Amino acid sequence: MTAAAPEPKANMGQPVPRYDAVAKVTGRATYGSDMPLDNPAYAFLVTSAISKGRINSFELDDAKRVRGVIDIVTYQNAPKLKESKLFSNGGYAGTTIQPLKSADVAHDGEIIAVVVAESYEAAREAANRVKVSYTAITPAASFDSPGTTKAAAKGQNGQFKEDPQVGDFAKAFDEAEVKLTASYDTPTQHHNPMELFSTSCVWMGDDLVIYEPSQYVYGLKNGVAEQLGIDADKVRVVNPYVGGGFGSRGSMTPRTAIIAGIARRLNRPIKLVPTRDQGFTIATYRAETRHEIKLGASRDGKLVALRHEGAEVSSRADPYCVGGTKTTTRLYACPNVDSLVSIVRADRNTPGFMRSPPEVPYLFALESAMDELAVKLNMDPVELRRVNDTINEPIGGKPYTSRALMACFDEAAKAFGWAQRSAAPKSMSDGDWLIGYGCAATCYPTQMAPSAARVRLQRDGRTRVEIAGHEIGTGAYTIIAQTASERLGVPLEKVSVFIGDSDLPPAPVAGGSNSTASTCSAVMMVCDQVRQRLFKALMPNESLTDKAKETVGIGQTPTTQAAKSDRPLDLEKAFDALGVGVVEEYGEWKPEGAPLDSFKAMHSGHARLVGGAAMKDKIAYAFGAEFVEVRVNRFTHEIRCPRLVGAFAAGRILNPRTARSQLMGGLIWGMSSALLEATEIDERTARYVNDNFADYLVPVNADVPGVEVILISEQDDHINPAGAKGLGELANVGTNAAICNAIYHATGQRIRKLPVRLENIEV
Amino acid sequence: MRPFSYQRVTDPDMAVQVLSAAAAANNPLTKAAAQPLAGGTTLIDLMKLDVMRPAAIVDINPLSEGWSAVDPGGESLRLGALAKMSDVAAHDEIQRNYPVVANSLKLAASAQLRNMATLGGNVMQRTRCSYFRDVSYENCNKRNPGSGCAAMDGVNRMHAVLGTSDQCIATYPGDFAQALIALDASIEITGRSGTRSMPFAELHKAPGNTPEIETTLQPGELISAFVIPGRWPRSVYLKARDRQSYEFALSSAAVALDVQDGTISDARVALGGVATVPWRAREAEALLKGQRFDDALAQRAADAAFADARGRQHNGFKIALGKRVVARALQQAVTMEI
Ligand SMILES: Cc1cc2nc3c(=O)[nH]c(=O)nc-3n(C[C@H](O)[C@H](O)[C@H](O)COP(=O)(O)OP(=O)(O)OC[C@H]3O[C@@H](n4cnc5c(N)ncnc54)[C@H](O)[C@@H]3O)c2cc1C
Ligand code: SF4
Repeated sequence: MTAAAPEPKANMGQPVPRYDAVAKVTGRATYGSDMPLDNPAYAFLVTSAISKGRINSFELDDAKRVRGVIDIVTYQNAPKLKESKLFSNGGYAGTTIQPLKSADVAHDGEIIAVVVAESYEAAREAANRVKVSYTAITPAASFDSPGTTKAAAKGQNGQFKEDPQVGDFAKAFDEAEVKLTASYDTPTQHHNPMELFSTSCVWMGDDLVIYEPSQYVYGLKNGVAEQLGIDADKVRVVNPYVGGGFGSRGSMTPRTAIIAGIARRLNRPIKLVPTRDQGFTIATYRAETRHEIKLGASRDGKLVALRHEGAEVSSRADPYCVGGTKTTTRLYACPNVDSLVSIVRADRNTPGFMRSPPEVPYLFALESAMDELAVKLNMDPVELRRVNDTINEPIGGKPYTSRALMACFDEAAKAFGWAQRSAAPKSMSDGDWLIGYGCAATCYPTQMAPSAARVRLQRDGRTRVEIAGHEIGTGAYTIIAQTASERLGVPLEKVSVFIGDSDLPPAPVAGGSNSTASTCSAVMMVCDQVRQRLFKALMPNESLTDKAKETVGIGQTPTTQAAKSDRPLDLEKAFDALGVGVVEEYGEWKPEGAPLDSFKAMHSGHARLVGGAAMKDKIAYAFGAEFVEVRVNRFTHEIRCPRLVGAFAAGRILNPRTARSQLMGGLIWGMSSALLEATEIDERTARYVNDNFADYLVPVNADVPGVEVILISEQDDHINPAGAKGLGELANVGTNAAICNAIYHATGQRIRKLPVRLENIEV
Repeated sequence: MRPFSYQRVTDPDMAVQVLSAAAAANNPLTKAAAQPLAGGTTLIDLMKLDVMRPAAIVDINPLSEGWSAVDPGGESLRLGALAKMSDVAAHDEIQRNYPVVANSLKLAASAQLRNMATLGGNVMQRTRCSYFRDVSYENCNKRNPGSGCAAMDGVNRMHAVLGTSDQCIATYPGDFAQALIALDASIEITGRSGTRSMPFAELHKAPGNTPEIETTLQPGELISAFVIPGRWPRSVYLKARDRQSYEFALSSAAVALDVQDGTISDARVALGGVATVPWRAREAEALLKGQRFDDALAQRAADAAFADARGRQHNGFKIALGKRVVARALQQAVTMEI
């Protein structure tokens, strides 16, 4: 065992190496734009240089003269496309702003023309030569710009159903012994996955194949079909590997149907590889948010009143919001709670999911406020969490299916050396550096969605698993293979996994950290169907009672969460008895509480996620605790983070290696979010300024010398058959607050606006 | 990016000839039709962004045999213009006798870039102003003379507080140039009439009314070497930045001192990340010379260095930051064990 492959504890699988490791490090993994196409034409986008107004005219002659140019598509000659509704209102789209429909421009960097040419270079050169004349209208860029409108989220966004409340907040806050009111801000951020937002479209007669990095091949397939007005069965989306997603590829962007439409008209495969800066405006982003937190507590630290008010920016067209109050109002025991989420409309593109969309900004506010309260109470921040720990969430009184928050705090505190902290701010230093320790809680809802799978077992044990899941770097191939291997009792090397193709059985969006729970539960169920067929063949007279089911096993005990098999099954004999060479089963699994239309929705590309705070009589979350050491230079005020330590409990850990990697990446992302990442907006023009990797900062190796991930053993039998809580979005939630809390400890200065930069420090 | 011709030149005369032939009257060097290519880490970048549109690229790398020598032997240091940043940064004697030079290079860019990039290209690198580098912004006097300056009242956190004009506030981004200007380096220029020498301090031009003119180099002229007189073992390059590596300076200081019996007999101070050109802080130097060092003196020198600084909406912090960086660099230089 190594640091990268931690020793499994109770209820953890083996840290087997990644299924796709060799393919990736040898460059054999084919991403969307690697797919070989027969005689493709190349598309290059022209995007708007204004964020609001109209296009007066295009000057295209110079561009058309570039050798190899085939076509220049503008709103004047674009293929007609049907509209798709926003995903949160029953559609597939991440934005309802449809480019190339009219001369109007609704946001910075909107697609206004597509140049198609015989080569990428010719398309790019011609795009550079397109001249556009605009009439610009002064846009509203963000919260403080004149011309924005603000309204409650409830009632406009189909997915934001409640502003959680309980008790009498106003009275309790008024009477509280200790009170805190504080405001917090988070910035615009962009996902910047390594793989660009490419799309290749190939028509074969009436059939369309799309190669595109997607976190939801069924959503994209159905969405593009809808926009093109064709049968969804005619569309296939293929992406065996996705070079990072982080939410940016969960809903459909307008580019895909546009490219598909042009390819159909030209009767030629088209490949589009947009630039890095275009990725900032043709896909979604995390919008800036503002928060006001009010906490009232008794002297012993018990919360008596909590109010969280959040505001988020969205586009004029769409009421997108993340609404994290569903989590922050339930995290701690508190009898009097109030909350409100509002949406502020500005002249921007529609924002969208970005890794732990609601929890990142909302927990930054709450966990910073908890630290401020601990200071007011003169209490250790860990103890403040302990005093307010609860097994029943306060809004509806529902029990958490399991909750290891304090175990995480205690383990992480020990590993970090929290006891060595001297509590007073500015009391620790090393040479030029002031040292601060900080901590915060982290959590993420456990979510599941209906999923199907197909499993085919051969006599020699070779197994093929098919499921339209997504490998976005998380380890999906690996854990699906492990699940099938364990459940069927066949060696791991004999399992092949096929994912990332909408011709395979449907799986949900790879979002909301639901993939492992959903896909592995489906694979387990279908493996059981295979075992049942073999069992029946061998023991035709025994009825398939629950007892009998439990004894159907092909090899070793499948998983700790699964039924124990005491009668190993002889494969050859079973196949002989069946008289076939291959057993293949297809099945559809849905989680407890899934709506009635779940399976239908699953096939039409709508993922019906259940779980988290929305369950009927329980609530399911994964928890963690994060501790950081921050160093602030007395002279330059540079802020560095030499140590990040996190302990996490997320139900069954299917593979400690891939789990650790996800959590480590989350901690690093969290640090990056606290100290580096912000998309700068030019207030006058509502345009992004630092839309490239040189100016939009993410950490380099030298910024993360020490990251430690501790996996806490946890078993939860009330969530899903796989027993897994999602953890892909768990670790980057608490880090923002942990870092600001550490900066307070280092400097005595409380910073409530992200990211924190050296100019914000006044030591 | 647009089509261009590519030519490798095998001797300096040929390079000069090809480059001069393409020069058009009244066109500043930055807009010349032919551009020399060294490591390409600035030039190719700007061509991809459509900011620079040369019709011809003249690859001078074949000249490296004669132009990449590093000679730290005598009473001066001679560095060929085609020497790689990484080679010079790793050079033992340069680390020992010119730490400010080695560290200004070592703390710049990334390992991959330093392996490609040359010293000549480094001093000629162009500003990182986001509006300059994005052609969808019309208003940039440096790119489109007379069009205005989008950064002046835009996002200007990275911009300069010294040497600005009402036409342009773009920061000169490089690190190495601060070491050169501090140490009174000269450059060798190879042109049509042979080779001449010029103080490095005369290479860059403040924006004034012509921000498109960045250097005094003429089309057809190439930098062939840098010469640094004397040795400066007591020298420091201090760089404050958002990340621990691979990031331009928000503020930096190149400091070199000669301390005899506790008295500063010579002092050199140059500032990076805060000015439109490589910036020598002579007022600070004057205050230091002949004095015994203490923290108050460092503070006065730092104040003097920024006496004329003017901030805009987002970069005002650079004045206070720059002062602390200068003061700290001076302290570090004084206490160096040499
Ligand atoms: C992401 C990134 C981060 C960076 N970070 C830093 C940093 O922190 N600090 C820093 O100092 N730099 C930094 N740089 C800039 C980098 O150091 C320069 O790009 C590099 O030094 C340029 O050298 P080159 O040989 O590649 O030049 P080229 O790109 O080949 O040339 C640059 C310019 O100089 C001209 N030129 C080249 N050689 C000569 C010559 N001998 N005579 C006359 N003209 C010549 C070219 O025509 C061109 O216009 C960074 C660059 C990038 C891309
Ligand atoms: S600061 Fe200079 S380079 Fe930047 S936009 Fe203004 S004129 Fe252009």
